[in-house]
Amino acid sequence: MTDMPISTAPKRSLYAQDARTKKRNRAETRFRVYGMAAVITGIIALIVLLTSILGNGLSAFQQTYISYPITLSEDRLDPEGNRDPAEMAAVTTFGYLPVIAMSLQQHLEAEGIDPGMGGRELAAMLSEEAPAQIRAMVLANPELVGTTIDAEILVGGRIDGFFKGRVTMESAERDRNVSPAQLVLAQQLAELGMMETRFNWDFITWPDASGSRPEAAGLGVAIIGSFYMMLVVLALALPIGVAASIYLEEFAPKNRLTDLIEVNISNLAAVPSIVFGILGLAVFINFMNFNQSSPLVGGLVLTLMTLPTIIIATRASLRAVPPSIRQAALGLGASKMQSIFHHVLPLAMPGILTGTIIGLAQALGETAPLLLIGMVAFVREYPDFLSTHSNTFPLMGDGATALPVQVYSWTQRSDPAFVERASGAIIVLLVFLLMMNLIAILLRRRFERRW
Amino acid sequence: MEGSNMNDMSQIDQGVAVDTLKMRARGVDVYYGDNHAIKEVDVDIADKTVTAFIGPSGCGKSTFLRVLNRMNDTIDICRVEGDVTLEGEDIYDPKVDPVQLRAKVGMVFQKPNPFPKSIFDNVAYGPRIHGLAQNKADLENIVEKSLRRAALWDEVKDRLTAPGTGLSGGQQQRLCIARAVATSPEVLLMDEPCSALDPIATAQVEELIDELRSRFSVVIVTHSMQQAARVSQKTAFFHLGNLVEFDDTDTIFTNPSDPRTESYITGRIG
Ligand SMILES: Nc1ncnc2c1ncn2[C@@H]1O[C@H](COP(=O)(O)OP(=O)(O)OP(=O)(O)O)[C@@H](O)[C@H]1O
Ligand SMILES: [Mg+2]
Repeated sequence: MTDMPISTAPKRSLYAQDARTKKRNRAETRFRVYGMAAVITGIIALIVLLTSILGNGLSAFQQTYISYPITLSEDRLDPEGNRDPAEMAAVTTFGYLPVIAMSLQQHLEAEGIDPGMGGRELAAMLSEEAPAQIRAMVLANPELVGTTIDAEILVGGRIDGFFKGRVTMESAERDRNVSPAQLVLAQQLAELGMMETRFNWDFITWPDASGSRPEAAGLGVAIIGSFYMMLVVLALALPIGVAASIYLEEFAPKNRLTDLIEVNISNLAAVPSIVFGILGLAVFINFMNFNQSSPLVGGLVLTLMTLPTIIIATRASLRAVPPSIRQAALGLGASKMQSIFHHVLPLAMPGILTGTIIGLAQALGETAPLLLIGMVAFVREYPDFLSTHSNTFPLMGDGATALPVQVYSWTQRSDPAFVERASGAIIVLLVFLLMMNLIAILLRRRFERRW
Repeated sequence: MEGSNMNDMSQIDQGVAVDTLKMRARGVDVYYGDNHAIKEVDVDIADKTVTAFIGPSGCGKSTFLRVLNRMNDTIDICRVEGDVTLEGEDIYDPKVDPVQLRAKVGMVFQKPNPFPKSIFDNVAYGPRIHGLAQNKADLENIVEKSLRRAALWDEVKDRLTAPGTGLSGGQQQRLCIARAVATSPEVLLMDEPCSALDPIATAQVEELIDELRSRFSVVIVTHSMQQAARVSQKTAFFHLGNLVEFDDTDTIFTNPSDPRTESYITGRIG
């Protein structure tokens, strides 16, 4: 019986592929092609996205300045002549505008340059922010009044756009805000070295500016707001999320109630973020009377939104720890807590960190719920989040704005220069996300090295 | 039939040598949901003896072993009934904390399960959480002694900081034995400790078991008749959740009273 062959098929050579093998190989090749096509599509989409954003936004980190001597005449800026900053503050930016405009005109005359336009048109080349720049400089140092300073001030958004290729002679013909003559003069000044487009940090550090001066709009307030909100999210969502996951995964009895909780958490992760905004509005602002658009309220709303992500990731990584590790610890007489905190949690840490950072990244880029809690306000000054003036808790007083909200509000403005600003803000947002992912990877490495 | 037999025997045992009885199980039933895995089992574990559990796969040896240190508590669907005592104290009493019990009744698992930590930390873990070492030197001493006991010291003494998971399967199992020994349990439960070991390591572990017997009782589950015959003084034969026969090892292997035992040890069932 044992020496009888199982089948009596004719002997086949190994060199010839039979039909089944051929079919299998063809299927495998097809599958590889599909996979490759999917990956390539993804890469192309990414490249298109990045080139579009970088192409539009990189110029936001550059700004055009004009430098020339400005004579700060005493009778305009300090009529009393006592250099008292309090009294000098009475002179508004409108008082400074003629000063810098006159100085420009005089300087061009002295240099023998014919502007080819009137004084009003010449002054319109400067940024509306320029008088404010000089005013701040003077108020900080009243002794400057009466002297001539070599100042570097912003030029208007259209002139700036000309050097960045956004504004051309043809478009200037049709534009009420800029004339070809201004562009010709700008070109001339740039060749003389008076006007220069260069990198600067102001885009990162300055607060937002009004719709008519895109060249002065910065991300500083939005970055600070986002930073404080991330702190709130991290401080609340990580401990709450991890504690909830450990309880649900390791301690909670498996019954109807915990099943229900589990289903609900999974569903919460899929709830549109705007719903969390409505919840935040109802609970934190209408019911608890927190200051609307304060970073604490924003952080709380984002925490609500991030918690399900963190809980799901943490539970998955806890579940991935082999049960033999728990048994080993329990078998040695470790308590449940000890087995979890000494053995299970360190092994689950990389997964928990990844989940947390994904959650944070999601929160960092979230706009809708923040709009709902009123974080659309135009924040012109750096808010003083940490002070407790008017008896509020830190982070609960002044209103904040956040990076994605800033992107949103800039895209709403009419001046095309804000497209550049918005793209620049997106670049900053992406850089932050990359940095967070980098931190995640580094932390994972650190924890994984301990096996 | 065996049940009454057992009771008679244990009563005699108790009469003569109460102090040598370490653990005592009476009328133990274990259910996994509706699966009745252990049926009315009575076993006495004597002090300073090696007791072997033998039987075909799936007969409930591991399950019964886990009854003895309440590791079954960690399985949700598992339900244990009956009386189990350690030195006269009911280990299933509500007042008993299983954590304290497991410090006294240690366990080595079927599959090696070292912690993903260093070799040193693996062995030192038990002494650390139970506060067995006064200082660092003391702890190092315990670790070295335990590793020597488990016949692993010479192989790992130069790389105590290397990960325990980086050892070979057999070395990992000996590491787990060293780890269990380091907590100085009174009873050591071993579930097929040698199934991953080569004959030399097996001989070393058997030697270790024999040595451990001088200090505490050992319960070992094994699929090797020879091993049971070599290391144990008492042998329990399980079949389909029943304890078929429990007697001196010599008696079981030379003169079994139940025909099922005989067919199993001669290789006819299993
Ligand atoms: N965690 C569990 N959940 C459900 N049923 C289980 C579980 N563990 C064991 N059983 C069942 O209990 C019975 C006894 O299993 P046990 O593991 O005790 O057998 P064993 O004698 O140790 O077998 P082996 O020699 O193969 O290790 C089997 O029918 C098994 O299916
Ligand atoms: Mg088993």
